[in-house]
Amino acid sequence: MSDERFEPKIIAFLCNWCSYRAADLAGTARMKYQPNVRTIRVMCSGRVDPAFVLKAFALGADGVMIAGCHPGECHYLEQNYKAMRRYEMLRHTLLAMGVEDHRLRLQWASAAEGNVLSAAINEMIEQVRALGPLNWPRFWSENGGHQEAIERLPHEHAEALEVSR
Amino acid sequence: MTAKPKLALYWAASCGGCEIAVLAIDEKILEVAAAFDIVLWPVAIDAKVRDVEKMADKSIDVCLFNGSIRNSEQEYMAQLLRRKSKILVAFGSCAHEGCIPGLANLSGREAIFDYVYKKSPSVDNPQGIVPQPEYEAPEGTLHIPVFYDTVKTLDQTVDVDYYVPGCPPEAENIYAIVKAVVAGLGGAPLPPPGTVLGKETTVCDECARTRAEKKITGFKRTWEMIPNETDCLLEQGLVCLGLATRAGCGALCPKVNSPCIGCHGPNVEVEDFGARMMTALASVIDSQDPVEIRRIIQEGIPDPVGTFYRFSLPHSLLRRSALSGNGH
Ligand code: SF4
Ligand code: FES
Repeated sequence: MSDERFEPKIIAFLCNWCSYRAADLAGTARMKYQPNVRTIRVMCSGRVDPAFVLKAFALGADGVMIAGCHPGECHYLEQNYKAMRRYEMLRHTLLAMGVEDHRLRLQWASAAEGNVLSAAINEMIEQVRALGPLNWPRFWSENGGHQEAIERLPHEHAEALEVSR
Repeated sequence: MTAKPKLALYWAASCGGCEIAVLAIDEKILEVAAAFDIVLWPVAIDAKVRDVEKMADKSIDVCLFNGSIRNSEQEYMAQLLRRKSKILVAFGSCAHEGCIPGLANLSGREAIFDYVYKKSPSVDNPQGIVPQPEYEAPEGTLHIPVFYDTVKTLDQTVDVDYYVPGCPPEAENIYAIVKAVVAGLGGAPLPPPGTVLGKETTVCDECARTRAEKKITGFKRTWEMIPNETDCLLEQGLVCLGLATRAGCGALCPKVNSPCIGCHGPNVEVEDFGARMMTALASVIDSQDPVEIRRIIQEGIPDPVGTFYRFSLPHSLLRRSALSGNGH
């Protein structure tokens, strides 16, 4: 094991009207939250397609946060309830695929709640750090000598031809 | 007389249904045989791989390749046929999306061998023998293909020109494609490479049931209810996948009171079939309470991967489930 501390990469989809401003506030007020987070601004948490989240994991994210306005306070009325239901769908599916619970988080934070958001981010970073790297694309690699087997085939076919003559 | 265009049909990890589907074009198969010189079709003619190996590159005009890629021999054949063919078609759901063989991606080689060769109740294997890719026999070293941890689609293996959707493709569509390709070889314009040769609407668009934007408070499984024959099945609480699925079947399953299971693959612009369905199902649930929502989903969709990715796990954004022991 290396001594280097694992720094998780977390993708955060932040709603323009609340959590993005909260993050801004956390930034300007120099509130502490760690630099592990790459934020993506969306117009509403309801804009976050489950495919965005899956893509983030497929591209190597260790965790994904979806943050939006508190229930009842969405600028587009009910869209964050939609986000809530999509999150539950995603969570259920990701758990079945072996992605641990803490790697996906839904967080409500109003524009004034920079402290809430930064605390949530810090907590998530620690939880994901404890889980270790996800690095999803590693699951796609083969390690059973398939390349050699492929290269062997044309020679074996040629030999078989010799024998059959 | 100019030589007839050359056609190859091949299968990798598939059930054989795509082969039957080609024969389901009935007597039109004679037109195919008349129009093409069939150089390889393991299910129907006696041609040898080594004869294909000896052909000049790009000398096969069209290859219809069905089946996904789950071992080294299949990958070799995909590479070979790609090299030898002008047009390579991923034919049917297995080649296009991974399909049922792709559900093996919920597991890995070790776990599969362990079950199939040791734990399965019908197996008697006291020595615990599992297939070895290499075996030393007195006559020399013998090889069998290397079995993969992860089933791949054809286009995750080699470049693909076109896709034919469906598990299996419908006879109608197959014949239309063959005709289009023949015309294309004669100089008629062919669709741009990468095209899925099918309709660009959904099964819902072909379905005659009435949708009323009704919400539901729970999902039911097919054995739990007999739906009425007029209203949308999803709005009656069945997990019907018509919204994400490409049209072409004529909504056959909803027509006989059975929900769409997505065998015709994702509609155009659906990047991840499961993601599209998660969105769709999330909008029919009538609840704003996280605890209740969680309960509805857990109770109603006990097997989310099998439900959302029955035909498309290898083609999905994540391609497979997490694999323990692959932690390099
Ligand atoms: S969800 Fe199913 S039953 Fe409803 S319209 Fe679509 S295909 Fe028909
Ligand atoms: S506007 Fe913030 S969640 Fe909808």
